[in-house]
Amino acid sequence: MSATLLFLILCALAAAGFLIGRYKAISAAGGDLRSLHSLTHYHGWGIALATFLAGLTVLVGLSLASSAFPALAGPIVLPGVVLVAAVAAFVVSYLRIERDFRARNYVEAMVLGLLMLASSIAILTTVSIVLSMLFETARFFQQYSWTSFFFGAEWSPNFRGNSNLGMLPLLWGTLYVSFIALAVAVPVGLFAAIYLVEYATPRFRSMAKPAIEILAGIPTIVYGLFALITVGPILRDYFASPLGLGQSSASVMTAGLVMGIMLIPFVSSLSDDIINAVPRTMRDGSLGLGATKSETIKRVVIPAALPGIVGAILLAASRAIGETMIVVLGAGAAARMSLNPFEAMTTVTVKIVSQLTGDTDFASPETLVAFALGITLFAFTLGLNVLALYIVRRYREQYE
Amino acid sequence: MTLVDEKAQTASGTLVYPATPAAAAAAPGKPKIQARGVEVFYGEKQALFGVSIDIPQHQVTSFIGPSGCGKSTFLRCINRMNDTIPICRVSGSIEIDNADIYDPRIDVVELRARVGMVFQKPNPFPKSIFENVAYGPKIHGLTRSKSELEELVTSSLKRAGLWNEVKDRLHEPGTGLSGGQQQRLCIARAIATKPEVVLMDEPCSALDPIATAIVEELIDELRSNYTIIIVTHSMQQAARVSQRTAFFHLGKLIEEGRTEDIFSNPREKQTEDYITGKIG
Repeated sequence: MSATLLFLILCALAAAGFLIGRYKAISAAGGDLRSLHSLTHYHGWGIALATFLAGLTVLVGLSLASSAFPALAGPIVLPGVVLVAAVAAFVVSYLRIERDFRARNYVEAMVLGLLMLASSIAILTTVSIVLSMLFETARFFQQYSWTSFFFGAEWSPNFRGNSNLGMLPLLWGTLYVSFIALAVAVPVGLFAAIYLVEYATPRFRSMAKPAIEILAGIPTIVYGLFALITVGPILRDYFASPLGLGQSSASVMTAGLVMGIMLIPFVSSLSDDIINAVPRTMRDGSLGLGATKSETIKRVVIPAALPGIVGAILLAASRAIGETMIVVLGAGAAARMSLNPFEAMTTVTVKIVSQLTGDTDFASPETLVAFALGITLFAFTLGLNVLALYIVRRYREQYE
Repeated sequence: MTLVDEKAQTASGTLVYPATPAAAAAAPGKPKIQARGVEVFYGEKQALFGVSIDIPQHQVTSFIGPSGCGKSTFLRCINRMNDTIPICRVSGSIEIDNADIYDPRIDVVELRARVGMVFQKPNPFPKSIFENVAYGPKIHGLTRSKSELEELVTSSLKRAGLWNEVKDRLHEPGTGLSGGQQQRLCIARAIATKPEVVLMDEPCSALDPIATAIVEELIDELRSNYTIIIVTHSMQQAARVSQRTAFFHLGKLIEEGRTEDIFSNPREKQTEDYITGKIG
C-alpha cells in the first residue's frame, strides 16, 4: 500500500469522523442543542483531528523507526499499524461524545498542539542545519589549522593534498562585491522610496511600487545571466579596456552592479514602509514652521526613520553576502585580493559551490572547507540580521 | 531672492514683506488678518462657505463650533497648511497686514515662518529638546552664531514657561517629556521662529486639566507679543482665554464678536443653541 493511498484513507476516516461525531452529538442532545456543552461541529472536529493526528503520528514514528527495525517497514505491517492507531483514536473519541463532553476544549488543545508542532519543525530544522555544519567544520579543523584558515591570505586548493585554504581572499571578494552592491542599491532604493512616499501621486505610486517589486521576483540565476551576457562585456569594452584596468568580463564590478539592481526592491520596499510609518503630524510640524518639503524630509522624516532604514540596509547586506548565483556567473573564480574592481575575484559562496561540485567524498580538507566557509558566512549574516532586528525594534518603540 | 526684491519695489507698501512691527503699529485699529469670502473645497465637497472675518492684532481669537464645522479648515488656510492636501482648493482672499497670502508671489515658506502653528496632538520631533526649538531658527537662518542660537532657544523656552523644567536636560529627547510639556515645547518651537501670528488647533485636547491650565495661562501671556487664533471644542476655554470668538457651523461663519458678547448675548439663534448645549 503506497503512502499516498494511506494518507487518503486517513483523510477519508477523518472526514467520516467529522460527520459521525456531529451526528452523535446531535442525537445526544436529545432535541435541545443548547443542552450540549460544545457546539456540534466541535464534536465532529474532535473525532476528525484525533483520528488524523493519531494516524499521522504513528506513520511518521514508524517511518523513522524503520531504519533501525526494518521489519516495521513491511508493506502490510506499516499501513496496518497506522490504520489500527487511527481507528482506535476514532473509536475512543466516538465513545466519549455525550451531552457534557467538553469537545471544544479538546479541539482547542489539539489545534494548539498542531501549531506548536509546525513552529518547532522550523526551529528544529535551523538547529539541525547549524549542528550538521558545526560537526563537519570540527572535522575540517582536525585536519587543517584554524589560524591558517581564518588568517591565511592564499587560496589554492589542491586535491592531491597540501592545499592552502586561507579564507581572506574569499572574504575580501565577498565584502568587495557586497560593498559595490550596497553602494548601488542603497541610494537608488532609498531615493526611490522617498519619491514614492513623499512626492508621487497615489496613482503613480500604485503602479510604480508593484513594478519595482517585480525586480524582487526575478530568479537570481537570471540576474547572473544578465551579468554574464550583458553587463560584463559592456563594462569590459567601454570601461575596463579603454581605461587599461583589465580584460576580464567577469569582475567584482559586474557582480556588484547586478547584485545592486537585485537589492533595489529590497531596500526601497522596506524603506518605503518605514518612511510611511513616520507620523503625518511630524511632517505637519515641520511644514508649519516654514520648512520646505525637502528640508522636512532631510531634517525630520529621514532622521526619524533612520534606525529602520539602517535595519533595512543591514538586511540587504546579509542578502548580498549570502548571494551565490550572481557571483558564480559574474564575479569570476580567481581568489585574489585586489583593489581594482574590474578584476575577477571570487567570493565565499562561489568557492563553496566549486569545492563541492563533482566531489562527494567528504573526507579531505579540500571538501570539508566548504562547511567551514558556510558556517562563517552563516555567522556573518546571522550577526547582521540580529543587529538589524535589534535596530528595527528599537525604532518601533519611538513613537509609542 | 527675486521675490523679496520684487516686494521691496512695490513702493505702495501693500506687499512689503516681512512687515516690520513698526509698520503694523503705524496703522492702529487695522486688523492683522482680513479674510474675505473664503471658500474651501476638498475635491467635490465644499467645506467652507464664504467666510469673512477680521482678526485684530495682539488679541486671542477663538474659533468654536461642532466637529466638522470648518473651524480647523479655516485655521489651516491662514498659514496655507491646506496646500499640503492635494485635493484641497481655496478661493477668496486672506490678507495679513494688507498682503494677500494667496498671491502667487507670496513664498509659502516665508508665510509659515510668520504664521506659526501648534497642532492638536503634541508633535515634537524625535530630536533633543534643544534641537526641537532650534529647528525653525536653523531653517530660516535667524541666528548668526551658536551663542545667539542658544540665547534664542533659551528665551523661547522661557516664554513658553518650560525653561525651569528642562534647563538641565536640553539634550534629552523631546519625546520623553510629558504631554503638557511636549505641547509647551511645540509652542516654544513655534515662537522661536519669531512669528507674528500663532495658530493653535485644539492645543489642549490631548492634555489633562492641570496641563491645560498651564497652557491657557501661557496663551494669555503670549498675547502681548503675538496675534493668537485658537480652535477649541471647549467653550469654557474660549471664554477663559480669548477676547474675540467666532462661531462656525456647517462650514459657515455664523457669528463673531467680543467673547463676552458671544457668550452672554449672542445675536444668532444657532450660536445660542450651541453655547447652551442644544446643538453640537
